[in-house]
Amino acid sequence: MSATSTPVLDPAAVAGAARGTLLRLATAGSVDDGKSTLVGRLLHDTKSVLSDQLAAVERVSRDRGLTAADLALLTDGLRAEREQGITIDVAYRYFATASRSFVLADCPGHVQYTRNTVTGSSTADVVVLLVDARKGVLEQTRRHLAVTALLRVPHVVVAVNKIDLVDFSQEVYDRVEAEVQAVARELGVVDAIAIPVSALDGDNVAERSPRTPWYDGPSLLELLEALPPSDDPGGESFRLPVQLVIRPQGAARDEAHRDYRGYAGQVASGVVRVGDEVVALPSGRRTTVAGIDLGDRELQEAFAPQSVTLRLADEIDISRGDVIAAAADAPEPTQDIKAVVCWLGDAPLRPAQRLLLKHGSRTVQTAVRSLDGALDLDDLHTVPAEALSLNDIGLVTLRLAAPVPVENYSTSRRGGSFLLIDAHDGRTVAAGMVGATLPTAADAPTEPEGDEEWEI
Amino acid sequence: MTTTTTTPPAVAAADSDDRRLTHLDALEAEAILVIREMAGELERPALLFSGGKDSVVMLHLATKAFWPAPIPFPVLHVDTGHNFPEVLAYRDETVERLGLRLVVASVQDYIDDGRLRERADGTRNPLQTLPLLDAINDNRFDGVFGGGRRDEEKARAKERIVSLRDEFGQWDPKNQRPELWNLFNPRHRPGEHVRVFPISNWTEVDIWRYIDREDIPLAPLYYAHEREVFQRDGMWLAVGPVSRPRDDEPVETRLVRYRTVGDMSCTGAVESPARTNAEIVVEVAASTLTERGATRADDRISEAAMEDRKKEGYF
Repeated sequence: MSATSTPVLDPAAVAGAARGTLLRLATAGSVDDGKSTLVGRLLHDTKSVLSDQLAAVERVSRDRGLTAADLALLTDGLRAEREQGITIDVAYRYFATASRSFVLADCPGHVQYTRNTVTGSSTADVVVLLVDARKGVLEQTRRHLAVTALLRVPHVVVAVNKIDLVDFSQEVYDRVEAEVQAVARELGVVDAIAIPVSALDGDNVAERSPRTPWYDGPSLLELLEALPPSDDPGGESFRLPVQLVIRPQGAARDEAHRDYRGYAGQVASGVVRVGDEVVALPSGRRTTVAGIDLGDRELQEAFAPQSVTLRLADEIDISRGDVIAAAADAPEPTQDIKAVVCWLGDAPLRPAQRLLLKHGSRTVQTAVRSLDGALDLDDLHTVPAEALSLNDIGLVTLRLAAPVPVENYSTSRRGGSFLLIDAHDGRTVAAGMVGATLPTAADAPTEPEGDEEWEI
Repeated sequence: MTTTTTTPPAVAAADSDDRRLTHLDALEAEAILVIREMAGELERPALLFSGGKDSVVMLHLATKAFWPAPIPFPVLHVDTGHNFPEVLAYRDETVERLGLRLVVASVQDYIDDGRLRERADGTRNPLQTLPLLDAINDNRFDGVFGGGRRDEEKARAKERIVSLRDEFGQWDPKNQRPELWNLFNPRHRPGEHVRVFPISNWTEVDIWRYIDREDIPLAPLYYAHEREVFQRDGMWLAVGPVSRPRDDEPVETRLVRYRTVGDMSCTGAVESPARTNAEIVVEVAASTLTERGATRADDRISEAAMEDRKKEGYF
């Protein structure tokens, strides 16, 4: 692509971004769908590529005998990636417009795609999935959509790329879009929006393209600016996993705080106000919120994802790892859970295996009671399994050494997610989602069966 | 401490826009989450503090994370011996003001007793690795907080917020732990440690907006001032004991400021009239060069200079 003009970050955009919100997006797509080019195009068109970075990309492109700057080099940061011309690991990039700042997790399409897509999608507000207009839905597209659905990413944008290579044909676009939407519906993706783009030429990336007059929707960037970043915390139930008990005693920064006792953590969901009745879990002791502090500032309310310190009316026993929750609507601590896990360990998961489970700020021992099936990623149905290998997705039953107030992942991404950790070397070996289920047959009906379960 | 009762329901039905964090508040909340989680998980963490703007922001965030208790771990400075005097003075004032314990690992000591040798180009940035690793071992630090940001450099863009180092302090970029949701896992085997980068997702402009908003004091050389400088490799270097102009490098007095502070012999000043945080925000936003491209001679050497240093155990 041509990228010769010297980009200058728009100061108005930067000033606006100070007041704007943060949107986290992750990219996904098959090899050669043009993902790195699209990311490069987004960075370039939002004037987020500075002249020394562009000069370095142009120099390397020339050395390789390319006639134009290869914008993929902007994100391929490791020596091995540049040598092999592939993307190995998730790279994080930043850009801003007048109304919003973006954190972009660029996830590789082929090497360890489950691990990378799970990593990128787990914090994403939106996944941008690339589909080659000439090829339509590929195996990899289905897999990426399956992971996106499993992780319950709030929004999915399908960029139907290389629309220039099909002569900007509405017919081709309509066919690919229908195909993508059918797969998305089958997998339970709630909200998939398609856009015809050419990452190479920039059509419908930042600006709407005159070359697709039949398309009357927003450009990719316009859409990203307009998406709500996450659910309104006002509609969720309050939870705060306690990270630390703040008790300065004699070490207080001033005399007035010698008797201070506060419970520090990030509001995982919902809103808490001074005076609210709360319950400590797993003990079940109730009290009310006496004060909310953010540094030396007192707040009347705190909401997700603020990091605050709560002062409580009564001195009850609360320590790191406990959860403070809204008294009216608290989860029941449990020692037995069923969950879907994405296995990320090099050695396989087997029944009876012992591991550590980290949920919120709590880490407990766990044993794998049973392995109840694995997702066949080729036709997306569940098959019996005796082990889970790297990048496999399976259904497990776990027994925990102590009760933990887990929630269903379908109601709370924060309250329903956990890590499995190898106790010997400390490695993270799985991403877990409580209460999630896998489809039982390739043609399984897509209607949800009830509040407790959902289908991918 | 006051205990108030619930606000009337009319106010409880607040506009949902009021409950969306601004971009800076979201970054602050994430950084405090990481700092607190590591303080809870690790036995003996330390925070790298050079007196530079990013490590100052880190200290400010740590102060908020534990308030009204003091920061419960020491700060570690890897001292190149090529410091700007103003930065060293600022470091000591800050340590004093916040009542911190300062551990210094001195590159000069290593050169004096022969464990390290001065490089031909005179820069000491790459020499910091050995004293840093020794300080981590000697103090049995199991985690070190750093002010690294992913927008600084493309190898950093690939690094996790919590990043494992093996017993030689090495980073293995091809074998990083997945980092999922907001769940951070710093567990490691004996001899290994973690580096923790709570402000990974901040950009240079974010840092300046935050410094402006929170009114954080900085070393004076970040603001425009007159200084004797000379030009080398397209950068303005300050005249000082470790950065002497050659005969063909005329000394001029210019209005400059620093975008980064590091080894004085290879850290360039930028010409700037910006004397306030707000002016710097505008200037940085409009800049067409990255801060490292503009100010670090040593990072221009190779496409993979930072990756190679990180693999050996650098920050």
